[in-house]
Amino acid sequence: MSAAFRKVTGVVAALSLGLASSLAAADWKPSQPIEFIVTAGAGGGTDNFARTIQSIVTKYKLIDQPIVVLNKGGGSGAEGFQYGKGPAGDAHKVTFATNNEYLLPLIAKLSWKGDDFTPVAGMAVDEFILWVNGKSEYRTAKAYIDAAKAKPDTFKMGGSQSKDTDQTLTSEISAATGARFLYVPYKSGGEAAVQLAGGHIDSNTNNPSESIGQWKGGLVKPLCVFSAKRLAQGPKITETMAWSDIPTCAESGIPIEQYQQPRTVWLPKGAPADAVAYYVGVLEKVRATPEWKEYIERSAQTDRFLTGAELKNFIASDEQKARKVFQQEGWLIQ
Amino acid sequence: MGNFESLWHGFSVALTTYHVLLMITGVLLGILVGVLPGLGAPNGVTLLLPLTFGMNPVAAIILLTSMYWGALFGGSTTSILFNIPGEPSSVATTFDGYPMARQGKAAHALTLAFLSAAFGALVGVILITLLSTWAANFALRFGSPEYFAVYFLAFASFVGLGGAAPLKTLVSMGLGLAFAAVGMDTISGSLRLTFGLDTLVSGISFLVAVIGLFGIGELLISMEEGLRFDGIKARISPRAVFEAIRSMPRHWVALLRGSSIGCWMGITPGGPTAASFMSYGLARRFSKRGKNFGNGEPEGIISPETADHAAGTSAMLPMLALGVPGSATSAVMLGGLMIWGLNPGPTLFTDRPDFVWGLIASMYIANIVAVVLVLSTVPIFASILRVPFAIIGPMIVVVCFIGAYTVSASQPDLLLVVLFGIMGYAFKKLDYPIAPMVLAMVLGDKAEDAFRQSMIMSKGSLAIFWSNGLAATLTALGLLLLCWPAIAATWRRARNGKRPMGAVENRGSNGGERQEVA
Repeated sequence: MSAAFRKVTGVVAALSLGLASSLAAADWKPSQPIEFIVTAGAGGGTDNFARTIQSIVTKYKLIDQPIVVLNKGGGSGAEGFQYGKGPAGDAHKVTFATNNEYLLPLIAKLSWKGDDFTPVAGMAVDEFILWVNGKSEYRTAKAYIDAAKAKPDTFKMGGSQSKDTDQTLTSEISAATGARFLYVPYKSGGEAAVQLAGGHIDSNTNNPSESIGQWKGGLVKPLCVFSAKRLAQGPKITETMAWSDIPTCAESGIPIEQYQQPRTVWLPKGAPADAVAYYVGVLEKVRATPEWKEYIERSAQTDRFLTGAELKNFIASDEQKARKVFQQEGWLIQ
Repeated sequence: MGNFESLWHGFSVALTTYHVLLMITGVLLGILVGVLPGLGAPNGVTLLLPLTFGMNPVAAIILLTSMYWGALFGGSTTSILFNIPGEPSSVATTFDGYPMARQGKAAHALTLAFLSAAFGALVGVILITLLSTWAANFALRFGSPEYFAVYFLAFASFVGLGGAAPLKTLVSMGLGLAFAAVGMDTISGSLRLTFGLDTLVSGISFLVAVIGLFGIGELLISMEEGLRFDGIKARISPRAVFEAIRSMPRHWVALLRGSSIGCWMGITPGGPTAASFMSYGLARRFSKRGKNFGNGEPEGIISPETADHAAGTSAMLPMLALGVPGSATSAVMLGGLMIWGLNPGPTLFTDRPDFVWGLIASMYIANIVAVVLVLSTVPIFASILRVPFAIIGPMIVVVCFIGAYTVSASQPDLLLVVLFGIMGYAFKKLDYPIAPMVLAMVLGDKAEDAFRQSMIMSKGSLAIFWSNGLAATLTALGLLLLCWPAIAATWRRARNGKRPMGAVENRGSNGGERQEVA
């Protein structure tokens, strides 16, 4: 054990006592380089998620083996899962995803299923915000929804990909309020953000980190956040507003209690329980670092650590909800 | 003027020994990455990204961008020497660069390519310096209809370039569109043309196809023609470099045309690959020397290279100012910016002037560093061609396969390379042009997405492409270019009734070079 490593473990242990014990309990240790498989292209939310963890693990030497990050984002991430699922039990392949791990197989016929993976942890949940153009006349979510109701199928709602989280949320908004939108799918949330900034679409449901740059510059503005309570307190983003100043959608008249996207980590099916415990231990240490806190704050995600039965329950209920929407829209594959 | 003061300040940030050393490292790594087909600038920058986590943002971006410039330069090297584009954006450079190298003027071709590239980059940086605010906002005016109009314009400027038979061009383009459609469709979210094969879910990588079509295809042709490179015996000396340098001012029209197309496509952002194709297509059509294109015409190298680098450079502007990446590489850098804790967007220029102007100043310096470095390598690279084919041939095969594997570390891609290689061979034997297929593979799915997004917005009405001045102008230009061969022919016939139609374009981009070899 190197001096640096000992020092770091010391720091981490001081931050949260008892974490080292979870590592000590795990017998499994990586015996070869570890692959971090990112089920998205370079530069997106999942990529930032995986690379932040990689940089923290490397900085604090939390894993003795080298880490290789592979971007396999083809086919909305299907390429990554395809690669990450096997061979079963190989605990040197760690897959980084969102809820696409269990939702993508519902809408496309692929060679892997949700249960080809063992869930390791949910590290955070990303929020969804209803954004409009910075110069838009609508100041509240209610005003915007009412306008959309008055003119059905005219307001353009942009989003990332088709039959994915953004379109699912759009469909939930329609079901909850009766306002119907023209959904325009783009390659990424970043693209949808720019299209909104340019006024080519009327609104989108981007994650906070996808639109923060444009919000700062006044090109777009948030109407409400699809969360049960307001976002965590933080520094002001614009001159007058911080993330916590955005009202929740429920309080501004869109009866959707919560809509979130988990940031998830997976191993192939049949990975030994020891290996799962090992990675949970590493990820717990990652969470305790100031870099992780900074990442969560910068991307305005909600810090929520899910493992074991709690994680399984979250996945089951999330899939249940999505399945209902997919059913209504006729997206489910036979 | 404020921008110049800021730039001056930027130079003081960028010009330190540490930063210049980083530039040299970056450029050298970039040249290496660019020379290897498949391992393009996006991959290279991605591989380097983790190393920058501990650096300060200015040093980090200087390292990454220098690597990008190096890769852009390196990419043209293999295009010219072996007809294997090291980068997607240097595909168009093969059309005239390779024939020129075969005539024994490899050093001349390389020097022309590097100098025009540097010119393009310089114009790009000057544009960024002068117009940062205005040009950044211009990119915001591009919605789906405008994007489609830009892609349409790129297609239109290229139609008719293929050669004798318009039908063959159409077949080639159609195949390219079909290949581009494979995989998950953005608009409908369903899988297309995957035939139940796992490997096709993520689509066919354009780079893999290009490596097969050009690299392996060309090798098969060379083998058939007697296992040797032709005309390579020519003496290679530094003098060839100076002669090429002296000939540059003569091509000022091509230089200016190339850089304006490049800047336009970088900012809009259509990307360097589209820019180089479009510039080549337009040069071929409107240059006085148009009929020499495909046979080692200097302007056929200058046009795509200038546009490529002008676009690559100016694509940094929308990335910084709006968070809109203009190319695959700048998308990766955008990810880097966020990891370093910067928020790309309109406020970056005011929040972090050190970073922005340091970067812009470093673009001037790094490109000078890059030109000096690549020019000094010209004699070395050019002399590779003197190595007997029996040695270099197998090496090219190895490089092609390694390159194809690096694209996404997927084994089935190796099989695809072989298949595309055979296809490239068949295309050349049957005189089908490859370029339209490549163009369709690059722009096909983007154009399709933009078209279908427009159709969703307009509920199916084509009038959306005329709905505002910008879209209408672009669409009209595209239509004009599409019909240009017919218009030009009619005009000619009106003037002297005898000349047959299409006399100018009687040689395919690849047909030409084959005759040279035989």
